[in-house]
Amino acid sequence: MERIPILKVGEFLLVSIQVDMHDRLVLSLQDDLTAQVVVSRAKGVLIDISALDMVDSFIGRMLGNMAAMTRALGAETVVVGMQPAVAITIVELGLVLTDVRTAINVDKGMALLQNLLNESSVIDSHEFHEK
Amino acid sequence: MTTTTPNRIADVLTRHEQPILEDWLREQLAALSARQDLISEADLRRQSTEFLALFTPACRMGNLTDITTPEWKPGCDFLGDVSRSRAIQGFSPSETATFVFSLKQPLFTRLRQELGTDATALAEEMWSATVLLDKLGLYTTEVYQKTREEVIKRQQTDMLELSTPVVKLWDGIIALPLIGTLDSGRTNVMMNTLLQNIVATGSSIAIVDITGVPTVDTLVAQYLLKTVYAARLMGAECIISGIRPQIAQTMVHLGVEFGNVVTKSTLADALSYAFRQIGCTVTKPAQRA
Repeated sequence: MERIPILKVGEFLLVSIQVDMHDRLVLSLQDDLTAQVVVSRAKGVLIDISALDMVDSFIGRMLGNMAAMTRALGAETVVVGMQPAVAITIVELGLVLTDVRTAINVDKGMALLQNLLNESSVIDSHEFHEK
Repeated sequence: MTTTTPNRIADVLTRHEQPILEDWLREQLAALSARQDLISEADLRRQSTEFLALFTPACRMGNLTDITTPEWKPGCDFLGDVSRSRAIQGFSPSETATFVFSLKQPLFTRLRQELGTDATALAEEMWSATVLLDKLGLYTTEVYQKTREEVIKRQQTDMLELSTPVVKLWDGIIALPLIGTLDSGRTNVMMNTLLQNIVATGSSIAIVDITGVPTVDTLVAQYLLKTVYAARLMGAECIISGIRPQIAQTMVHLGVEFGNVVTKSTLADALSYAFRQIGCTVTKPAQRA
């Protein structure tokens, strides 16, 4: 069965979806991704969907779910490169993906993750000092 | 009604072609006296002569009750052309239909002269001529209407294109000044152009300026929110600017909420907010002493 590769880039994981998504593929990606976040102790996940030109409600929801899952595991997820048609579809489907952070491209997404990481490390060190 | 002897009308037309044409022209000129600026007498004469030349043979060959038959096609096509050109020139529908209807008077006069003694034949011929000319008149009105609709449709698409320009304000900041009422069709166009421009320019901030939107009701707010959410999904933050005092008041009265979308009263405020977001500062050069 085909798999979507998950690449480790520094402290982050990069998932680039280059094939048409179908339900089983998304489910296996969800398994792989959550496992990888734990194994690699990643602080952030980038999901690049710039090659994806169609989504259905299931895949849209799974994007939100994956973001929530990785957050629970301590890694922020940023979805990058969403196509206009996909964005319009998700809005028209009425899917609320408020938890999902987004960025225009991988560059900006990486910068966003780095910012989030810096902020949280500042908070962490504050907490550490107070103790 | 069965076709009695359609040739009688055709005969009258052939025999009295010139006087009928003259009478007809006089009728038309009288009806269009106020429209001399739009069409010259020479043009009118040319159109009338041409139509009579197509009308007479069609009368001779065809039945007089159905103008959809092939023998009427050249006549109808010509009428369509006349009607179309008049619609574009700015004639009113009744002025356009007058072209055909004013043929009745001269035609009936000649028919009466020819068949004056035979009352039954006269009534019959007058009836079939009336039916025929009414149909042709209605046809011109129909074409006129269609032409006007085409013009309106074209103007609408023109307006759509004109009213949704996306401008680049800075590296990574684009703005979409909206003018006019928002409906679902315009929202779709607007959303598409905005999102496509976000991708093309790689902008992370999009400012939607609604200074030119006359009213914001719940529906318009919903359209705006849809656009904002779609832009956000693509990774661009959307700012809504140009909210006038009255609009702020109506929005609160209607219970319209923009949720966590940043709204500013002027485009300048939105721009300075956008600069802060992308980490740009604007400074005046130090004044020289």
